[in-house]
Amino acid sequence: MKKQLEMVVEKVNEIALDTIEMTLSNVHAAKTAQPGQFLHLQVEGHALRRPISIADIDRENNFLTVLFKKLGDGTKRLAMYRPGMTIDALGPSGNGFSYEPSMKTVLLIGGGIGIPPLYNLGKQLKNKGIKVIAVLGYQSKEHVFYEEKFNELGETIVVTNDGSYGSRGFVTNVLDQVADFDYYFSCGPVPMLKAVTKALHGHQGYISLEERMGCGIGACFACVIPTDTEGGYRKICKDGPVFAVNEVIL
Amino acid sequence: MIDLTMDLPGLNLKNPIMPASGCFGFGREYSEFYDLSRLGAVIMKAATGDVRYGNNTPRVAETSSGMLNAIGLQNPGVEKIIENEVPFLANYAIPIIANVAGSTLEEYVKVALAFNKTESVNALELNISCPNVKEGGIQFGTDPDMAATVTEKVKEASNLPVYVKLSPNVSDIVGMAKAVEKAGADGLSMINTLTGMQIHLETKKPLLANKTGGLSGQAIKPIAIRMIYEVKQHVTIPIIGMGGISTAEDVLEFLLAGASAVAVGTANFQNPCVCPEIIDALPRTLEQYGFQSVLDAVGKGYEA
Repeated sequence: MKKQLEMVVEKVNEIALDTIEMTLSNVHAAKTAQPGQFLHLQVEGHALRRPISIADIDRENNFLTVLFKKLGDGTKRLAMYRPGMTIDALGPSGNGFSYEPSMKTVLLIGGGIGIPPLYNLGKQLKNKGIKVIAVLGYQSKEHVFYEEKFNELGETIVVTNDGSYGSRGFVTNVLDQVADFDYYFSCGPVPMLKAVTKALHGHQGYISLEERMGCGIGACFACVIPTDTEGGYRKICKDGPVFAVNEVIL
Repeated sequence: MIDLTMDLPGLNLKNPIMPASGCFGFGREYSEFYDLSRLGAVIMKAATGDVRYGNNTPRVAETSSGMLNAIGLQNPGVEKIIENEVPFLANYAIPIIANVAGSTLEEYVKVALAFNKTESVNALELNISCPNVKEGGIQFGTDPDMAATVTEKVKEASNLPVYVKLSPNVSDIVGMAKAVEKAGADGLSMINTLTGMQIHLETKKPLLANKTGGLSGQAIKPIAIRMIYEVKQHVTIPIIGMGGISTAEDVLEFLLAGASAVAVGTANFQNPCVCPEIIDALPRTLEQYGFQSVLDAVGKGYEA
């Protein structure tokens, strides 16, 4: 039987403007988590849990790292949790990224708080000997995080919307600078994913979607995405959040 | 030994706790967390005549002590539910209540008739109060004459007891309850969600794609209690109470107001095991307040 997990807060750091990196410990979660999965965290005093994607997995120390942005009351409250406190979590939930050892070069394209789930994926890809190229988009300089970490995985191109750091514009503006790759993995806001899938039409890839969730386990139908125009759908929390690009309609 | 049993039309309940329609799907996901046979009964997600995709996303938004939802009755249609979902729930020795929805009188009748074919469903919950579909639904739930007509037609069509799920979005809840009781309802289910809206400051527009949604959760509990308390004094049919229940104390409050059983909705999202936890806690709570059975507590809130 599945059950709620009690996760202990180990570390909390503000690593960029309004961007919190939180390390949580739990044996079950750390042993089973896959890149692209999420934790559904119960923030005290809130009616709905917050789905937060897993940025890094440390199976040796039983740590999971999550990154989130302080956007509303729930995430602001979550940012106030301190080491030693516990958080009730469901998960690791959903289907994460899948990759084949036969992949040679993989392009990671992340936008804003969609970047974190690509980090552990990139680490695993690199460990398998797969070449990693990353394109990371942020609003502006003060929002940039994990640039060094991605640099360690492979060539990393940073873009900011206002041009205050790296290239100016959107992630799609620099895709023509990227060398050949055989698969791409992308996570970010829906407008970015739309632009990315359009720009990379013909390439095989996987996208990870974000949506407001209710139950987070597939029962309430809050977070669905159409698969066709005939009423077909997938549940983002349970079937996703990662989908093959041609599996869903953005 | 505290007696948790309750006998209601078509429903032989070993305890008065059931998950509310729409918050539990068809039980599969929650069956991964606990043995569903622990429940008093289960109320399935709404069935419509044909497959329905529902509304665009975002479909949910958190509010103070509650949430708004505008799913839009997404479901595979009554035939698929009977074929694929009812057999799964029938594996558990608990009564199954089918929630019946529609846009037209004919659709309600079609869905009710379809459930006659299965022996595994024990009662219908007539959903005349969904605030999230464009046509039908709520208008049957806000006009007493239309509510009475749909109740009559579904009673004629069905061979099962019918619990009419009332909308709180009315000025005279007692009038609605009396109208459906007179039309032959075997019981009431109350309350559905209250229509609400949240405006997103970033976009300056309603957050939900449907603009409005149904408010549920702890925020609506006092409204449910008040409505059940008022209605129970004017009807003789039993009430399944719902609206913001998350603890055994909440359950007792609903029983005192006049509910004979309760459904737990939004609380399942915070704690997937909330129903069995309430069932475990209920005997002690009843005892603490001087009751030997669930039946003892029903309606004690207004009796002299």
